[in-house]
Amino acid sequence: MAAMVGGSTRRGTPMYSQKNLTSKKKYDFEDILEERRQSSDLRYAMRCYTPVMYKELSPCKPSAIKTLVLHSEQVQYVIKELSKEMGESPDIVQEEAAEILDEMAHSMHMGAIRFFAFTLSKLFKSLFKSICVNEEGIQKLQQAIQEHPVVLLPSHRSYVDFLLLSYVLFTYDLAFPFIGAGIDFLGMKVVGELLRKSGAFFMRRTFGGNKLYWAVFAEYVKTMLKNGYAPVEFYLEGTRSRTAKTLVPKFGLLNIVMDPFLKREVFDIYLVPISISYERVLEESLYAHELLGVPKPKESTSGLLKARKILSEDFGSIHVYFGQPLSLRTLAAGRINRCPYNLVPRHIPQKPSEDIHEFVSDVAYKIELLQIENMVLNPWILISTVLLQNLPAISFEHLVEKTLWLKDLTQSFGGFLDWPDNLCANKAVRSSLSLHSNIASLVNGQVVLNDTEAGPGAAGESVFKEALSILLCGSYRNQLLNIFVRPALVALALQMTHSSRKEEVYSSFAFWLDVFSDEFIFFPGIPLKDFEEGCYLLTKCDAVQITPQQIFVTEKGSDVITFLTGMFRPFVEGYQIICRYLSKEVATETFSEKQFIFGVRSFASQLLETGSTQCYEVLSSDMQKNALATLVRLDVAKKIKMSNGSTYSVSKEALSKTAGMFESRIPVRKPVAARL
Amino acid sequence: MQCGSAMAAAAGPGCSGSGVASSEAAARRRLRVLLGHLRSAPETHLSASQCRGRAAAAPPSTLPKRRQEVLKWNGWGYSDSKFMFNKKGQAEFTGKRYRLGGTVLPLLREWLEKNLGGSLEHKSIPKASLNTSDVPPSVTNEGFLQDLKATNISYSQDAEDRVFRAHGHCLHELFLLREGMFKRVPDIVAWPECHDDVVKIVGLACKHNVCVIPFGGGTSVSSALECPPDEKRTIVSLDTSQMNRIHWIDEKNLTARVEAGIVGQDLERRLGESGYCTGHEPDSMEFSTLGGWVATRASGMKKNVYGNIEDLVVHIKMVTPRGVIEKSCQGPRMSTGPDIHHFILGSEGTLGVVTEVTIKIRPVPEYQKYGSVVFPNFERGVACLREVAKQRCAPASIRLMDNQQFQFGHALKPQVASIFTSLLDGLKKFYITKFKGFDPNLLCVATLLFEGSREKVLQHEKQVYDIAAKFGGLAAGEDNGQRGYMLTFVIAYLRDVGMDYYLIGESFETSVPWDRVLDLCRNVKERIVKECKERGVQFPPFATCRVTQTYDAGACVYFYLGFNYRGISDPIHVYEEIESAAREEILANGGSLSHHHGVGKLRKQWLKESVSDVGFGMLKSLKQYVDPNNIFGNRNLL
Repeated sequence: MAAMVGGSTRRGTPMYSQKNLTSKKKYDFEDILEERRQSSDLRYAMRCYTPVMYKELSPCKPSAIKTLVLHSEQVQYVIKELSKEMGESPDIVQEEAAEILDEMAHSMHMGAIRFFAFTLSKLFKSLFKSICVNEEGIQKLQQAIQEHPVVLLPSHRSYVDFLLLSYVLFTYDLAFPFIGAGIDFLGMKVVGELLRKSGAFFMRRTFGGNKLYWAVFAEYVKTMLKNGYAPVEFYLEGTRSRTAKTLVPKFGLLNIVMDPFLKREVFDIYLVPISISYERVLEESLYAHELLGVPKPKESTSGLLKARKILSEDFGSIHVYFGQPLSLRTLAAGRINRCPYNLVPRHIPQKPSEDIHEFVSDVAYKIELLQIENMVLNPWILISTVLLQNLPAISFEHLVEKTLWLKDLTQSFGGFLDWPDNLCANKAVRSSLSLHSNIASLVNGQVVLNDTEAGPGAAGESVFKEALSILLCGSYRNQLLNIFVRPALVALALQMTHSSRKEEVYSSFAFWLDVFSDEFIFFPGIPLKDFEEGCYLLTKCDAVQITPQQIFVTEKGSDVITFLTGMFRPFVEGYQIICRYLSKEVATETFSEKQFIFGVRSFASQLLETGSTQCYEVLSSDMQKNALATLVRLDVAKKIKMSNGSTYSVSKEALSKTAGMFESRIPVRKPVAARL
Repeated sequence: MQCGSAMAAAAGPGCSGSGVASSEAAARRRLRVLLGHLRSAPETHLSASQCRGRAAAAPPSTLPKRRQEVLKWNGWGYSDSKFMFNKKGQAEFTGKRYRLGGTVLPLLREWLEKNLGGSLEHKSIPKASLNTSDVPPSVTNEGFLQDLKATNISYSQDAEDRVFRAHGHCLHELFLLREGMFKRVPDIVAWPECHDDVVKIVGLACKHNVCVIPFGGGTSVSSALECPPDEKRTIVSLDTSQMNRIHWIDEKNLTARVEAGIVGQDLERRLGESGYCTGHEPDSMEFSTLGGWVATRASGMKKNVYGNIEDLVVHIKMVTPRGVIEKSCQGPRMSTGPDIHHFILGSEGTLGVVTEVTIKIRPVPEYQKYGSVVFPNFERGVACLREVAKQRCAPASIRLMDNQQFQFGHALKPQVASIFTSLLDGLKKFYITKFKGFDPNLLCVATLLFEGSREKVLQHEKQVYDIAAKFGGLAAGEDNGQRGYMLTFVIAYLRDVGMDYYLIGESFETSVPWDRVLDLCRNVKERIVKECKERGVQFPPFATCRVTQTYDAGACVYFYLGFNYRGISDPIHVYEEIESAAREEILANGGSLSHHHGVGKLRKQWLKESVSDVGFGMLKSLKQYVDPNNIFGNRNLL
């Protein structure tokens, strides 16, 4: 109970939005491609571009920023420290710092921006039906840019995100952002430099141990931000989500951009959550392959050129939703103990204190939850969810009926749905199916996933193919999960406990929430709030009735409960299989993550081949990694850091206990407070 | 003897001679005088008492016992000096006490209209005079009063006297004087004339469990003088103004023994007669007292030459409920455990009454010269001050005003006498803004005051101007410098006239390390603007700052905050919230709780976090030992 009490006193926790905003927001979108289809792209790219600027802007060329960074007290301090430590002359370290800076720094150039404006217009027009932007968000952003430094925090589902956002900002005459990009892009010959010229700066994927790198990088980002020349943009998720589920946030860059405010070097900073929703993701099949262990091709220019065949395909619409800019000052009000910052000169690097760390984490989760809230859901997401619960085939009529049912449910859960109201349901489903004809098709009135008919290859091959199409389809269903996860875990808890006692249900709910906290985004430390939200949504759609002590499933509600648990069954089953693998197969004392993934994959493949499970999703490396992280968190596995990576060991006793909890009823562990 | 009748208590000599008032008020006052005659024994004992062990009778103080005869009862400073708008709608400063006196300030009105949305048409008229029936009646401890009478120490239960000592000069206090009344005021005002009198009063207070609140110049801006509203005991306001002798001047050691009630201007004037000065010049020096400086850890504008009060005092004598605390010798520095002077300095009247101080003196400087430097922007100005501090060549005073304050100072320029001066001004302006390219909305001014021998001053001046030039500073003349310093003396008068037109304002200060000065100034001003907006202030506020002191490791920053409260129902509450937010911002930016104003009751909510729990506990146990019955019950600090 302690955790719950602690959670409820934690400040600044988000209130889950309990209102239906769908229709109102939807009509505020404007398609920016529409104008592009009617006027000259060249004139558009060459037009007068005068974005609004931060009121305290001191204009600064990219080269001047570099000088500022190199000569900053922060970097100079670390250079001196390191030169003392290594016994080298400061000049050598300084040179090293300059090289690091050259590697990471952007060199934003108007020419490159205009080049992109032109080519992207062509490219986007051929790939997408429309790019819809909420204008209200743009207006707020415009205001925010003038007031304080701005950080743009978009969701990350595709490489397209990079250029798309810059393109949108250019269209609205807003400043081109500085974008934090992975260093791997630099491997792409011309493209890397082009990205650099359009404002991308590059960071190494890991640089924890390198003090000089960290100092130069942090100072570089802070200088850009404080300078206010343009917004800084990066991805909280750290990388593209291959599953289309929002990834748990990374805190490194967020720490850096929040620092100038925490040290009061700026009055405030705006954080802008941005949700980019694709009707069809460019990399969909690439991701599915990757998840199944077919390695990701290295970023290369030729690879990009090979990808040009996709140019002939239709990728539907994109929705870009700019959320309300959040004032960091408001978020921090009353949360930060100012003392640590007052007692050490600000240029000396300091490890963030416990409460800072908690604050950064809370902000990160809050923003991701806002991203999720503003994601636009399309009919295909509903269709794929229905399809996955009705394999191998479902009749078209039934599919339409179930999809419409799910549409209502989604809306009552607050999902932000883009449903073509002008079309009849049949047509809407049909058009969605045709857009995603690579995944599913209509055969004799039955809708089936492609490639599900066993090919001529070996048994293993067919498992792989089946898994591929299920993961592909799953990546769309996944977009619904974060909206559904709270009521669904309540449903799951109801089913697992076979009980209607509220405290028992809550106990089970809290267990599953903890188990899945790497899979889905929950605000840390407030499981009770999540539970209440889940219960509220279930009551809202009349699936349950709640008394002070008990939760009953209504007659009408059993459909909903079954559907919700079905939706999350792959995760429950997947984790069960992984547990079974660990208890049966792992003989060695320790294993690496790689060995673990390989082991689970072959174990699960056998099960699938023999037909003893239908849970293809356990083959996804994403689920495998998340499950391993969960087991570490639950103290079932232990992570041992070694020089050449980490290894794991499993405590069999703890494992069997946890496995038991996965499989069956969960005993009530602790008495639950009466206020439940 | 029966006391406490409001009307009787209000009677007293000297009521009838205070300026112009409406006929109704005059009639009421006449009635009061008559009533006073009808009573057999007036409660005010203004006769000089016999103070044994006293060398000579005290010289007349600038502040008489009945201060309201000279000073405003509901505003700052002398009754005869104030800003007003004449029939032409032009601002004027009355009286002959200040250089500004009698001059017309043609630009001020426009400045008020433009920057604060002030308007001569919207007037907020205060009560013309104190309505004595509003004053809480005097609660007296009969035993104490009898014993006090027996000592022959003069005292009063007059309502005007009591109200005058119920407050300092915080905005909310003045607002209450103008439009309301304090919940609690002192019950008795006593005027001890020497150390022994104080010992007697404190002894009686302990015997009868009476609360004592020491009162010096009454210029506190930390709510330190406010009586705790829930204090049930008799409150004695111990007015030190009659203890104003200079006992001796020691020319060999350059020290002087002075009674703590002496007012700053009297101290400097009388030392000056012997060719000496202390050089301690806080902005309030016309009214504040030596004892008050010690009790609040005051700072003077010329501290670069003379030091702050803690550097100036050599010996302090303080009367506490436990007895008298003092050192046994006057050695210039000692290693005798923690310095007990530091228990006294900044004790804010919570431990006892400072009665006598040995203070360092210096020969009056041969030569004084003002100066000023214009900088292209505030950042450059701060960088210059930092460099000056680094080279340890700060003049007696160096202050840097930000742009808003520079423009404000400009608005206080008197009407120019000749075409020539106005032409000259125009040329200067042209040179700075057009020729040198300074942005009039960014530039800022440093004011300087040099002191010493003529030769040294000129040399010093050159050194400082050379440094300033490195930061883009241009010398801008003596006159601008002098006006800058004059401003600090009249700003408090300006607040009074502002209140007549719905404009309220206040100042507050902090000290901060050099590297955070700019961030702190910017953030606090921005915070003020933001808070005003969020609280429904309809016109942009006047939020401005200046760097007033430089130290090796940091600076003192002084803020002015003013706004137009038209349309706000509870302006004082709104103001207090804004100031509190500004203080939060200061603390978050690494600034201190106070540089020299003190904590009082206004800032005590932050004291614990400022000095840590243990530090706070130390102060508490000190209080517990020295004054276990809370005789000095003003409840400041802790």
